[in-house]
Amino acid sequence: MTEKVKVTDLHKSFGKLDVLRGIDLSVKEGEVVCLIGPSGSGKSTLLRCLNRLEESTAGEIIVDGYCISDKKTDINRVRENIGMVFQQFNLFAHMTVIKNIMFAPVTLKKMTSDEAKQRAMELLERVGLADKADAYPHQLSGGQKQRVAIARALAMNPDIMLFDEPTSALDPEMVGEVLQVMQELAADGMTMVVVTHEMGFAREVADRVIFMSDGVIVEEGAPEQIFDNPVADRTKEFLKCVL
Amino acid sequence: MHFDVVLKQATPMLLEGLKVTIIISLVSLFFGMLVGLISCLFGLSKSKVLRAVSAVYVWLIRGTPMIVQAFIVYYGVPIIVQQFSPDFIISEAMAAIITLSLNAGAYLSEIFRSGIQAVDVGQIEASRSLGISSGKTMTAIILPQAFKITIPSIVNQFIITVKDTSILSVISLAEICNQAKQYSADTYLFFETYILVGFCYLAVISVLMLLSKFVEKKVNYDRKG
Repeated sequence: MTEKVKVTDLHKSFGKLDVLRGIDLSVKEGEVVCLIGPSGSGKSTLLRCLNRLEESTAGEIIVDGYCISDKKTDINRVRENIGMVFQQFNLFAHMTVIKNIMFAPVTLKKMTSDEAKQRAMELLERVGLADKADAYPHQLSGGQKQRVAIARALAMNPDIMLFDEPTSALDPEMVGEVLQVMQELAADGMTMVVVTHEMGFAREVADRVIFMSDGVIVEEGAPEQIFDNPVADRTKEFLKCVL
Repeated sequence: MHFDVVLKQATPMLLEGLKVTIIISLVSLFFGMLVGLISCLFGLSKSKVLRAVSAVYVWLIRGTPMIVQAFIVYYGVPIIVQQFSPDFIISEAMAAIITLSLNAGAYLSEIFRSGIQAVDVGQIEASRSLGISSGKTMTAIILPQAFKITIPSIVNQFIITVKDTSILSVISLAEICNQAKQYSADTYLFFETYILVGFCYLAVISVLMLLSKFVEKKVNYDRKG
């Protein structure tokens, strides 16, 4: 299997604060990788470096064969193939659900308006929200917003999906519906990098779990290994608190 | 009270003045919006020079009274330009439009900036993460939402600009207040004349306010009803 993501010795600082201190990471095609760890450990920053929402300070990031850390890379071109889902959903408030989903493919001339509409309806069907096509985001629950956000990211037919704590802003009873959509996506063979606090999801869906702390990867391995037989003290301590 | 006399005698010249007031306001607001948007984008740009240009412009306009700006544009600028081009003259209307546009532009620039900065950063990141350029994100995501947020402030500035045209009577622009001044000075019917002028302004500004309510309703996407 080909490598979709290859990160080598990535460093990221905000002023004097070193958030990432030498990250090496590779993700294969079709693999689902969950990043776990305490807040402030740099998980989200690492994820945001993968599509250059944060500029790396040093190191090399290759996604989908493009060098993200090279300033000369046409980042917009690369981002078309990297879907991202945010904690706060970030739906476009002035557009209906279907317009949210059609926006990128139509704006970037990947599809005609009719094709995009058809594709959007298929995606809404898939996330179980076909009846909400003409609703505005404020009329949806958190779980519905996040499912629309996933559909919006999928509209560009990305090769990789990045999830930044997709269920952290949700009421507990809505977490399940979002995780289910993600689980189906994983089953379809999507390459996924997921920052999450949902240990149950990580255990069940992830091919590999990475535990981060203080800007470094402390431990990584299959879910059973990380959750049942962690090696590092730092991992054991964290898991004792969250499990 | 001689309202009947004033209505009969002064109406034609007051309406003539009202026409000037409305036309000058509309033209100035058009250019004011343009100048305001450019200044606002300068103010938010990465370039220090452009930011400084915007800041100095807003500072100069907000820091001086419009009557001074009008005198500088109408009496001052021609003296300088005539050094190079002796035939240069500036009409009252031209000077009025320049003064009002620059004035409204500075205030609108600040209004636009506040609106743009009020748009959720997360939506900008979402747009960029889909591969949309920063320019397209500005026009498709940020500006429509910023516009909605700022409609009440923009209309407020429109109202101020309509009323500010009266200041341009000092450079003998034949707007409605100037017409009223001439008529009432001839006839001493000050009370009746200015009541009539007041009603004219009220009418124009009421139309603006209704228009604003209509536009606000049109773009009302995040509230029910």
